[in-house]
Amino acid sequence: MPGVSGLLPDFETRMASMTRSPLLMSLRDLPQRASARIAAIVPHAMPDAVAQRLEELGFVPGETIRVVARGPFGREPIAVQVGFTRFALRRAEAERVMIDSASVSGA
Amino acid sequence: MSAAGLSDTADAVRHLALVGNPNCGKTALFNRLTGSRQKVANYTGVTVERKEGRFVAPSGRHFRILDLPGTYSLQAKSPDEEVTRAVCLGELAGEPLPDVLVAVVSATNLRLHLRFALELRALGRPMVLVLNMMDEARRLGMRIDRERLAREFGVPVVEAVAVEKDGARALVALLDQGLPAAPAVAAPADLHAETTRLLAEAVVFDESVTHRDERIDAVLLHPVAGPLILAAVLFLMFQAVFSWAAPLMDGIKEGMAWLAGQVNAGLPEGPLRGLLADGVIAGAGSVLVFLPQILILFLFILALEESGYLPRAAFLLDRLMVGAGLSGRSFIPLLSSFACAVPGIMATRSIQHPRDRLVTILVAPLMTCSARLPVYALLIGAFVPDRPVAGLFNLQGIVMFGLYAAGIVSAVIVAMVMKRLGRRAGAGDHPLLLELPAYRMPNPRDLAIGLLERARIFVRRVGTVIMALSVLLWGLASFPGPPEGATRAAIEYSVAGMLGHALEVVFAPIGFNWQICIALVPGMAAREVAVGALATVYALSDTGDGAAEQLAGLIGAQWGLPTALSLLAWYIFAPQCISTLAVIRRETNSVRTMWLSAAYLTALAYGSAFITFHLARALT
Repeated sequence: MPGVSGLLPDFETRMASMTRSPLLMSLRDLPQRASARIAAIVPHAMPDAVAQRLEELGFVPGETIRVVARGPFGREPIAVQVGFTRFALRRAEAERVMIDSASVSGA
Repeated sequence: MSAAGLSDTADAVRHLALVGNPNCGKTALFNRLTGSRQKVANYTGVTVERKEGRFVAPSGRHFRILDLPGTYSLQAKSPDEEVTRAVCLGELAGEPLPDVLVAVVSATNLRLHLRFALELRALGRPMVLVLNMMDEARRLGMRIDRERLAREFGVPVVEAVAVEKDGARALVALLDQGLPAAPAVAAPADLHAETTRLLAEAVVFDESVTHRDERIDAVLLHPVAGPLILAAVLFLMFQAVFSWAAPLMDGIKEGMAWLAGQVNAGLPEGPLRGLLADGVIAGAGSVLVFLPQILILFLFILALEESGYLPRAAFLLDRLMVGAGLSGRSFIPLLSSFACAVPGIMATRSIQHPRDRLVTILVAPLMTCSARLPVYALLIGAFVPDRPVAGLFNLQGIVMFGLYAAGIVSAVIVAMVMKRLGRRAGAGDHPLLLELPAYRMPNPRDLAIGLLERARIFVRRVGTVIMALSVLLWGLASFPGPPEGATRAAIEYSVAGMLGHALEVVFAPIGFNWQICIALVPGMAAREVAVGALATVYALSDTGDGAAEQLAGLIGAQWGLPTALSLLAWYIFAPQCISTLAVIRRETNSVRTMWLSAAYLTALAYGSAFITFHLARALT
């Protein structure tokens, strides 16, 4: 659908292919105790302050991420470990973190 | 070097800035370097805490050191980051350009912290890299080649264990040798790639060491055990506030009674004796009694914060608090508000989302602060019979619990209403992004420094605002004296008496008599003064326990139960606290928000007192 955001056609198609790809899944679907490799951080807007902050916090492609715990109510937030650091993310933040399905282990 | 004005003479004062991520042990290092020689204030115009301290190195060189707020980057997305960036570049009005940036990283969290240190290095200022928490890193089996890291990073690197007595010695020795040169390294294009390269060059990890934190988190973040443990911790905390503090409070009360006795015995009958015994000692003393409770509450909050548990509590409660229109991050400020809303509202600075922060600020005064305790205690003691319920509980205790619960429930309702209103205005994105730091044993020294600061603030308040008010009220209640042949009590002829009668018109519909109206006025500056004020108004010159007991008997005989319940309902919302309103204005930088909170609290207080009064009258 051209024209809606003609400024960023490349970005749109890239995002669409990423989210549809069977090789990628979102961090929010990663089971408890499983770990996986981060494939990309997908911004929800341009610019996306949350995506930028995630990258500053070490959520960068290639890093290993592991689900440590989930909140007791509504399985939210998600506690994850990246590098040596643990973070609590809500679902909306976790959705921005795409992981490589092939790299999932230890579920 | 550009800082040539500061040639290496021993008498020049050097300005240092401590910079680093949150949870890098920066504040512990600051405490280690400066001890209690600290000054806490705000940066001009912004609500970012400014902590400055000083120390003297063995050679006699003087250092002034700024503890900048912990941040993750210099991207200037929050006021903290803006201040950090501006100070490091010498662009903040009134702050000198730091001679040396002391970049603090936790050796246990190098991947995250080194990235920020690289951002700092790109500023091109003279810089030292401090590998803090080296003891923890060794325990985790990490081996760091300090010299290699210094070579690759391009600035001097020292190790530190801020929580140990000599833990900052290497840093002081390095600074004492003179100023390091500015780094001459080009900024890398990709900070993460550069961090990975530095780690590969200089750090060896031992993968076999199992993480202790992992085992702790498996329990504390467990979906069932986690919330239960949190409830137990909170229960223990409130239990401690009420039971551990009792003997200390009795001690202070006795001290005050003794002091009043000395004054009464040593001074002739007259205005001076009245001023000292009834004004100063009865007024300020009745508030000083709460120091132990406030300190115990803060001891718990500081210890929980230092240990790394509070962010876990925020994690456990986040979903529930989002449902109520708040955020898990609101938990810490609201917990502090049980001691006093002023530090609670200041703690909302850690909530980045503006709407979450505003709602937290607006509901913080609904948490029952320790200043309301004496009022509750007086009224419950006078009107609620001390009898067991179901063999296990006590009716007075249940009423007290009910008052606390009423505050929490109304906070939830208010937050939910605001969430509705806010959604119409467009709520926007809502990130949590909360770091769960490594667990640490709280350091007694840091706890002591934090408590001392709290005690200092409280005693200063008692010595100034509360003391002045007590004296003022005593004056208003004593002058002018009754005319010749007066038939009614002396106070009815005084300024305070006239004021009380004037206010009675407004408050009669909710059952308040003129004595209560008088007590509400000084209670605006500090809620707890209302008790002392009632005592003064009822012309009791006794202090401490004696006053409270006699007062309880008097009001028990003179007030009806509906009036007492109405006053309790009023105090759940208790809008009248000038310090809280002032801190709301300062933190939100908005007079409108301050009036909004005063108006909604007053409306709730009046409304609930009105309903309570008329219901109680209809039923009794």
